[in-house]
Amino acid sequence: MAQRAQAAQHAAAEVHTGHPTPKTYFIVAMILSAITAVEVAIFYATWLGYGIIPVLAVLSTVKFAMVAMFYMHLRYDNRLFSSLFVGGLALAFSVVFALIGLFRFFV
Amino acid sequence: MAQAPAVPHGDAADETTTGLSHRKLLMWAFLGSDCMFFGSLIATYLVYKGKSISGPLPEDVFSIPVTSVSTFVLLMSSMSMVMAYSALTRGNIKGFRIWIMSTAIMGMTFLAFQTFEFRDFVQEGLTPRTNLFGTTFFTLTGFHGAHVTLGVIWLLSLFFYSFKRGGVTAERSLDVDLAALYWHFVDIVWIVIFTVVYLFGVFEGFN
Amino acid sequence: MTTIAFSIPRPTYPTGVWSWITTIDHKRIGILYGVTAFIMFVVGGIEALIMRVQLSSSELDIVSPEVFNQLFTMHGTTMIFLAIMPMGAAFFNFIIPLQIGARDVAFPRLNAFSYWTFLAGAIMLNFSWFLGGAPNAGWFGYAPLTGEAQNLGHGIDFWIISLQLLGIASLAAAFNFIVTILNMRAPGMTLMRMPLFTWMTLVTSFLLILAFPVITVALIELLFDRAFGTNFFVPAAGADPILWQHLFWVFGHPEVYILILPAMGIVSEILPTFSKKPLFGYPVIVLSGIIIGFMGWMVWSHHMFTVGLGPVPNAVFTLTTMAIAIPTGVKIFNWLATTWRGSIDLSTPMLFALGFIAMFTIGGISGIMHAQAASDAQQQDTYFIVAHIHYVLFGGSIFALIAGIYYWFPKFTGRMFNEKIGKIGFWLTFIGFNMTFFPMHFTGLDGMPRRIYTYADGMGWDMWSAVSTVGAFILAFSILVFLYNVVTSWIKGEPAEADPWDARTLEWSIPSPPPEYNFAEIPTVHDRDDWWSQKRRKVERPGAPVPVAGGSGYGGVEHAIHLPQPSYWPIVVSIGLLIAGYGLIYNVAVIAIGAGIGMIAVYAWSFEPVNEPEEGSAH
Ligand SMILES: [Cu+2]
Repeated sequence: MAQRAQAAQHAAAEVHTGHPTPKTYFIVAMILSAITAVEVAIFYATWLGYGIIPVLAVLSTVKFAMVAMFYMHLRYDNRLFSSLFVGGLALAFSVVFALIGLFRFFV
Repeated sequence: MAQAPAVPHGDAADETTTGLSHRKLLMWAFLGSDCMFFGSLIATYLVYKGKSISGPLPEDVFSIPVTSVSTFVLLMSSMSMVMAYSALTRGNIKGFRIWIMSTAIMGMTFLAFQTFEFRDFVQEGLTPRTNLFGTTFFTLTGFHGAHVTLGVIWLLSLFFYSFKRGGVTAERSLDVDLAALYWHFVDIVWIVIFTVVYLFGVFEGFN
Repeated sequence: MTTIAFSIPRPTYPTGVWSWITTIDHKRIGILYGVTAFIMFVVGGIEALIMRVQLSSSELDIVSPEVFNQLFTMHGTTMIFLAIMPMGAAFFNFIIPLQIGARDVAFPRLNAFSYWTFLAGAIMLNFSWFLGGAPNAGWFGYAPLTGEAQNLGHGIDFWIISLQLLGIASLAAAFNFIVTILNMRAPGMTLMRMPLFTWMTLVTSFLLILAFPVITVALIELLFDRAFGTNFFVPAAGADPILWQHLFWVFGHPEVYILILPAMGIVSEILPTFSKKPLFGYPVIVLSGIIIGFMGWMVWSHHMFTVGLGPVPNAVFTLTTMAIAIPTGVKIFNWLATTWRGSIDLSTPMLFALGFIAMFTIGGISGIMHAQAASDAQQQDTYFIVAHIHYVLFGGSIFALIAGIYYWFPKFTGRMFNEKIGKIGFWLTFIGFNMTFFPMHFTGLDGMPRRIYTYADGMGWDMWSAVSTVGAFILAFSILVFLYNVVTSWIKGEPAEADPWDARTLEWSIPSPPPEYNFAEIPTVHDRDDWWSQKRRKVERPGAPVPVAGGSGYGGVEHAIHLPQPSYWPIVVSIGLLIAGYGLIYNVAVIAIGAGIGMIAVYAWSFEPVNEPEEGSAH
């Protein structure tokens, strides 16, 4: 039981120390929505030509990172969690790019 | 056989080497692994992009405004998920129920959008058998949809379990934390799919 | 805490069949894995012997070409997924918690689920023989050989579903061992104090969780092509079947290291023990293991040099493949240096470990020969490659696994094996192995292709093929000798002491076989090779009962130790998966039944506490 109480205390303490508040979560949500709106707007900006690809890639990377850092708490949590996730993510990206390279540029 | 105390085995984070709970470590390792799963599906989609020998093609079927709405719904469900967790850690079980139910509803809304989208595409002549685009598109987004479905079942289970006394409590917030991590992951996979499949898909210069 | 509607009393079977079905004890699961894997090893071996008989001379007609295709497919798939991998899993299960000073794995029920799902995969694959024919497209199942139009019958479907089941089993086990190793080490056991076998298990588990999703996706795509008429590997729809090869080998090369790294870990435990010296260059061996695991991701296209990827990819993959020889060589030199000036005890485990180094080195060197794209063009799909893979997977993995079985036999069973028969067995294995596979270098360089069911008279392959066949029977006989030794020793061998080898790691500090709770008191680790230094320094841990060799009595402690309790649900989930698997092949309605069973069991499992609360305890 003591452990239980401790855990509850700990969880309560998180809110005050470092962990984001509902307000932060709301601001993040607003930023995410805004970026999505910008993405869709850019999509219709045909004059950008090929420029659309890097711009959209950067914007969705920002969204991705914000969800991972704030909503999934990676920014506040143990580094080991980030390593496990980013390791798999980086490998997945490498495999995707390697396969695109092998099929599109070296044929 | 040894008798046991009531402390659930996997939750006693204080007793582990790293100080992290077993289940949370497992969840993150799983998410790292799931990146490879979606990575392989996305790689297949991209390798075959523009290789279909017959239509319909992305620009014939996609409706960016509609998908933007469902994307927005899924993004907002992530916010409500984190609100549910936050409410629970503050001991606000009512808030938790409201937020987790709205998360599940938004998840189901997303799935409804996807179902109607799939039905539309089929009516326009695009099935998984039609061409390479159909094959890769339905498989990739279908598996994402399956992930969302599983997440909705998980969230609803937590919602109903919270009515049982001591079922969902601040001390056991880890149960909700794990579901939340899974849910956010499904959301960020969609962020990638929305950009790579939908936005790049209709862009004429890229195939 | 939870009385759900479908509450079923917790199983409490101390002995008997039900105790094994509901067990979640890592040691029992390890034994289940080991025994099942050995049975599968024998099945795969019989398939190999039939092929060797067919090839013993030119133009024989003992099996038909169709059956021959099924034989080599089943031999490869069985040996890799049903023999070597689960034998590795047997060691992970039995040894890892003991080596890190834990009482069980992090998720005991998930562990039982891994075993039963593995068994479901084994059943799915092997029963294909009786359900219209086994898979026949090679263990790599190249598209479009596996296509619906090209490959009639259900053989390929059985292959797909069984590999998916085995994948689920391996993934679950790998997650479990990652968490166990990171999170359940005894106090004081830092990463750089972990035994080498534990280290290699950790690296292997990471490879598993990252590699298996790729093959899972490839198999899903293939299944969809066959079942729903999608176009992933259908050239007529513009698809490129080479994509299958890429996805398969993105998984396949890391898979090779999944097979060899545990073997390297086992050997790294045996060599120091029987040389009475610490492992030479421990940090370097750990690091090279990690580098091998990492670089394993950059080399997959060396299986595809003759596909025509072009000069740039071929050059890149040649270079990366050759680079892997560096960390591998580093390991071999460190092992040799470990034995240097040691007081070497040539017991059976040590003989197999030394045999491993020699045979693996030969396999490594022939590997470097076809790491060269230009040279590979001559060797691709010949018996030279068959020789290479058997030198690394039999001379490498299997030698090390047998070494490990002998080494830990006293710990597994509490009895000693017969040393004399063990040594005879080693020499028979060694001679039989080399006689079988060395001549394949010659026939291969003479141009004999793999996977042919017979060959014309006068090709010049008869003599060496006959030698291979004789060798294969010697090898098979040596496995019988091994089996005889294991079985008779298990039944009536001399009782083993806790630490018969004067070994170095924690598993030897507890009785043989270990009590159900493993450690009466969780040890505190002060050193790498902690048990060795405890013995040398005569350290007595304050307050801990001194672990007397062979001692059985830590009277009374059992009441204080909380072990996870047996459960019905893991096997029920696995049964649900097996039924759903058959449903995917035969009948959609059956999928729903299997999924329903699985779903109910998952809920029951989720709401079942790891330990039933005591009567009246507050919760
Ligand atoms: Cu390879």
